Amino acid sequence: MIESLGTPPVADHAKAPTWRHRHLLDVDQLDHAEIERCLGLAIEMRSLRDRGERLDLLRSQIVGLAFAEASTRTRVSFEVAAAALGAQVVDLPIEASSVTKGESLIDTLRTLERTGVGTIVLRHAASGAPYLAARSVGARVVNAGDGTHAHPTQALLDALTLRDALGTLEGKRVAIVGDIGHSRVARSNIHLLTALGATVRLVGPPAWVRGFEDWPGVSISHELEEGLRDADAVMALRVQLERDAGGGVPTLREYTARWGLDEERMALAARDAPLLHPGPTNEGVEITPELAASPRSLIGRQVSNGVAVRMAVLALLAS
Amino acid sequence: MSAFGRVTDAPASFVLVGARIVDPSLGTDAVGDLAVVAGRLVDPAAAPTDLPRLVGAGLLAMPALCDLHAHLREPGDGRTETIESGSRAAAHGGYATVCAMPNTDPPLDERARVALVVDLARDAACRVRVVAAATRGREGERMTEVGELIPLHIVGISDDGAAVASARVARGILAYLAPLDLPLIEHAEEPSLAVGAVMRSGRTATRLGLSGWPGSAELSMVERDIGLAKETGGWVHLTHLSTAAALEAVRRARARGTRVTCDVTPHHLALTDAWVAGDRGFAWEEPTGAVADPFRTPLDPELAYDSACRVNPPLPTREDALALLEGVADGTIDAIATDHAPHPRERKAVEFAAAAPGMIGLETALSVGLAAVEAGRLTLPDLVVAMATRPAALIGEERSLSPGALADLAVVDPQARWRVEPDALASSSTNTPLLGMELPGVVRLTVASGRITYRDGLDSAR
Repeated sequence: MIESLGTPPVADHAKAPTWRHRHLLDVDQLDHAEIERCLGLAIEMRSLRDRGERLDLLRSQIVGLAFAEASTRTRVSFEVAAAALGAQVVDLPIEASSVTKGESLIDTLRTLERTGVGTIVLRHAASGAPYLAARSVGARVVNAGDGTHAHPTQALLDALTLRDALGTLEGKRVAIVGDIGHSRVARSNIHLLTALGATVRLVGPPAWVRGFEDWPGVSISHELEEGLRDADAVMALRVQLERDAGGGVPTLREYTARWGLDEERMALAARDAPLLHPGPTNEGVEITPELAASPRSLIGRQVSNGVAVRMAVLALLAS
Repeated sequence: MSAFGRVTDAPASFVLVGARIVDPSLGTDAVGDLAVVAGRLVDPAAAPTDLPRLVGAGLLAMPALCDLHAHLREPGDGRTETIESGSRAAAHGGYATVCAMPNTDPPLDERARVALVVDLARDAACRVRVVAAATRGREGERMTEVGELIPLHIVGISDDGAAVASARVARGILAYLAPLDLPLIEHAEEPSLAVGAVMRSGRTATRLGLSGWPGSAELSMVERDIGLAKETGGWVHLTHLSTAAALEAVRRARARGTRVTCDVTPHHLALTDAWVAGDRGFAWEEPTGAVADPFRTPLDPELAYDSACRVNPPLPTREDALALLEGVADGTIDAIATDHAPHPRERKAVEFAAAAPGMIGLETALSVGLAAVEAGRLTLPDLVVAMATRPAALIGEERSLSPGALADLAVVDPQARWRVEPDALASSSTNTPLLGMELPGVVRLTVASGRITYRDGLDSAR
């Protein structure tokens, strides 16, 4: 962003007032100023990277990536972000099945911590696992996605991407389409988007949007057309391909027929309304390949913003 | 200075002077003296003058408590609890009787195993009665040979941990039990609705991204069991009810004369699903924070997803907890039972969904009940009825402070408060979310079968 050129140099930014959080567990812990600081620093990081400059804010620090669940883009994004800050990045061997093997998450992380890892980036299939980790180890913990609970860096990079396209989010209507109930991306986005003044429409089959009715700033729609109408931005979620039988929709084919996004349906949204997707997409299921490749689609932008946001988060936690 | 005794000790003799005596079975609520001679209650006016005299001023004397539902973990797991440690926890909590549940390893599904527990409990710090397994191996198929267990004074049969899933098997059991005056004790939960669930469905579960347990899981099994009890004439006892809807079903069934009784745990009366998000207010307190607005209240990193709050049935919504309190007050709920469920550290120091469900309760139940009394949600006689008089009656025990009876009594200081800490607990386990909290009500004396099984700092009167 152009305006970032006028802000102070990164080193001062990260040093500024003390960052009061030891961990990033979800965006709900951030107040408005902290969200702005995080997004502002991400913009700084992005322009530095664009200029090809390297930083050494995390020099001599070890960032451990503990991914107990398959993930390519989030893992690579954190890895690139940590390396760009001068950190040494190590893989922490942790398996989703460690519980059943009798090795606890706490034991594993404590052992790894003794090797000098100062920041643990944790992806885990169990909602709340990062809270357990944060209570149990001395290292900083960054939640890289826990079960169906939260994915704070995804929400931050989505907010950054939406701001790139829309400017302020105050008063904007954002539609999120898909299996909201099982989505950590949706939950963190609802927190962050409503904190930034947007309203959120949750769109999908009844079983996938149930339970969110009382969330302030949130409305529910079971019909795609209603949900998309005049939306300022649309976010599609990845459909879990194995989640059809007994899981809220009769078949994936029916899901696609009723809630799948294509260019024609997107025309109901506001003119040029951007489309986001946390990836990886199931093209032909929740989104057509044509729409994913259309000018509306900011999916590629999300990925590059992801690195900048994660650099900002790692830098703030270390400050 | 506190000390434990055993039900095999020498019978006690003493006079408790000037305590508030509450015994709803006698309609008593007045300050007076209680005299025990050689283990039996006697008229204080006729008691020998040389008995030890204990100061009862400011204290509450009541019939000793009776727990219909506790896991003492023997046989199989002597590390999280033993009958010895569990019975001490009971004595510390004011209990004279505890019913031991059968989902041990191996389960209590045959005479030798039930006899082992009876034998291990012979010199415990409370009386231990056995709930036998309803089916062999708790597999839900072949009914346990109940006839040979009756001489061992079992109080009922149950596949607790799960309902008897097959309606056909449950119907057969109820029909067989009908003339025996023994209940089928049901953990009312429809398994297909509870698959994968780790907390009560609702706003907090949505907020936390935890798989929700719908109230219909309980209601559908309760309705089934009521239908089977009505049809067979059998007695079904629904344990640890946790929803207002199931309670309402029980209320209707009892009005029609169906043989259905039920109990509720202290944690389903006082705690709420918001505890999983880190709230620590009792259900009757003014809703704030995560109770009032679960969505916008930031999670407390120290308390959110505390596996001590993982329990089955899961902690209820605030509305359901308040309805259950009303059910105790109006007598629809027969008893408050602890579902005391000790677990080792390693089964709790894991991700919330991976944690073993259950919490200990024998030593905190009375205090939680007294907190509800302090808050005006129950009267003291309501509480005594639900924790002592009626559960005892359900298992055929007397609980009366009238002269002539074998003494089963508890003496409590209702004004004193205590902090729930590992060192303060006689149980071998500490898995309760109440840990660290200060609760009202300190037990000063427990007498079971006329023996002092627990005593803490009662002064001698002159």
